[in-house]
Amino acid sequence: MKQFLAFVKKEFFHIFRDARTMLILLGMPIMQIILFGFAITTEVKNTPVAVYDLSNDVVTQQIIQRIAANPYFTLVEELHSPEQIEDVMKKGTATMVIVFDSDFQSNMLHTGEAAVQLIADATDPNQATTVVNYATSIITQYQQEISTQYPSSFAIIPQTRMLYNPQMEGAYNFVPGVMGLILMLICAMMTSIAIVREKEKGSMEVLLVSPIKPIYIIIAKAVPYFTLSIVNLISILLLSVFVLKVPIAGSLLLIIFVSLLFILVALLLGLLISNVVTTQVAAMLASGMALMMPTMLLSGMMFPIESMPPILQWISSIMPARWYIEAIRKLMIQGVAGIYVIKEIGIILLMIFVLLVISLRTFKKRLS
Amino acid sequence: MNDIVISAKELTKQFGSFIAVDHISFEVYKGEIFGFLGANGAGKTTAMRMLCGLSLPTSGQGTVAGFDIARQQEKIKQNIGYMSQKFSLYEDLKVWENIRLFGGIYGMKEKDIETKTDQILNHLGFMQEKTTLVRDLPLGWKQKLAFSVSIFHTPKIVFLDEPTGGVDPVARRQFWEMIYEAVEAGITVFVTTHYMDEAEYCDRVSIMVDGRIEGLDSPKNLKEQTHSQTMDEVFQKFARKATRNSD
Repeated sequence: MKQFLAFVKKEFFHIFRDARTMLILLGMPIMQIILFGFAITTEVKNTPVAVYDLSNDVVTQQIIQRIAANPYFTLVEELHSPEQIEDVMKKGTATMVIVFDSDFQSNMLHTGEAAVQLIADATDPNQATTVVNYATSIITQYQQEISTQYPSSFAIIPQTRMLYNPQMEGAYNFVPGVMGLILMLICAMMTSIAIVREKEKGSMEVLLVSPIKPIYIIIAKAVPYFTLSIVNLISILLLSVFVLKVPIAGSLLLIIFVSLLFILVALLLGLLISNVVTTQVAAMLASGMALMMPTMLLSGMMFPIESMPPILQWISSIMPARWYIEAIRKLMIQGVAGIYVIKEIGIILLMIFVLLVISLRTFKKRLS
Repeated sequence: MNDIVISAKELTKQFGSFIAVDHISFEVYKGEIFGFLGANGAGKTTAMRMLCGLSLPTSGQGTVAGFDIARQQEKIKQNIGYMSQKFSLYEDLKVWENIRLFGGIYGMKEKDIETKTDQILNHLGFMQEKTTLVRDLPLGWKQKLAFSVSIFHTPKIVFLDEPTGGVDPVARRQFWEMIYEAVEAGITVFVTTHYMDEAEYCDRVSIMVDGRIEGLDSPKNLKEQTHSQTMDEVFQKFARKATRNSD
């Protein structure tokens, strides 16, 4: 035990002495939260909208006014011919065009059905969906309001509602993602680099000749990074609650518990990487390419898993971060009870077990 | 003088079809400096790793400090010190922190570590550098310090893997004075080296060629056997038989 403590102390010294790396490790979550929270928003604000109004009556004018007054939209142009629609789209002056059918008001009154077309630039499908949903909900709301003024009934248009994130704020979505990314980065990448550094410098040999048990060396290496990740976890949660105003809807204890499980997964992945590579550069590349990239792209942090092709969906299901992020989203934003994340916790536990077996096996193999 | 502290009998290590160490047998006596010579790739390091309990022999037996190298590695580790050329000390730790770390790893008491640290630093004349980061020390100093650290827990045997690589002749000479001091304190020294002038300082020398020990005797006797003037000449005559390429 004393051997172990002497070794842990050394590991902390390594980190504290390398002030730059420590600054990056502690500053990164803060940077990311602020960056994602304020700069890179996936929510839609000030979307340029053009209108092609064939009817030009009271109702259409009122709808246009509503849309123009909404903070999510900016009315940029009134169009006068169908050719102009493609024109503004191509130029990019508008990302959505609203087309009202001729005789909109009279159709609405007499047949109970009036057609409005929403044309969106779907080069960014997520954004297009969001924009169309906003516009639909504005129109629907307007229709409900005026239905009291007019005697006849209208066609019922299905109402869209944005559950859990009514303002569709980007922050809600990415906070769990950033948590997954940071924990993966610190635990897996830094641990693997720290272990491989000893191999590369030859100090591992000296340690293996000493009476300290190899497994202690590994655990001692993980302790400081474990501590760092806890610090980061706390700072992310504090920042998101007090700066981004993302509420923690569910149990904080459960969030911490799931995070600890995920940290364990990441530490084991780091150990596994350190077992198969021999240089620090290789460790960095392996964790960067095999862990960080897929974590960012496939975990559902940036792109919804549902819209991925089946093969990528399958790959994403073996990414630990996917299940962690899903569990954290449920716990933190939806505020569900523990039983609803049993599936995610179970999968993470299974991953811990599998990784433990594999990494201990490769570790022993390397020693002999 | 004839207490055996290291013995190897037909020790062999095979990697696939490649025989790195080929049935070597030798004995090292208590209190002697045993030189382990050989060209790169001759199998020195592999043999040494087996003796330190880092790798298991494919066949053959060996004991170090009275313990079996295949079954009692943990006991061996308690009784040996090790210093390699590649790694001397942790560069980002201070001098005393390095000493304390290795003292701690070998299970020494905190108080013993403290008193012995001062003792050693005084002896080396490094007291001023106690709180200096190792990275700021010159190479020769690092190596002296690394040697002191490797025998800090007073092992029975210390294994030195090319300890003087890259240091100037004056520092090397001083280093060997430290080795003699350790021997006087009762520590057996097992050293590999490339420098043939250093081989002259050893009590007995073995020369490995292609995984086998081709010569084993005192430097004086080896020179007589091969009608050579220097150990360098002796080594050349043995190494000429090598068929294995050094990498």
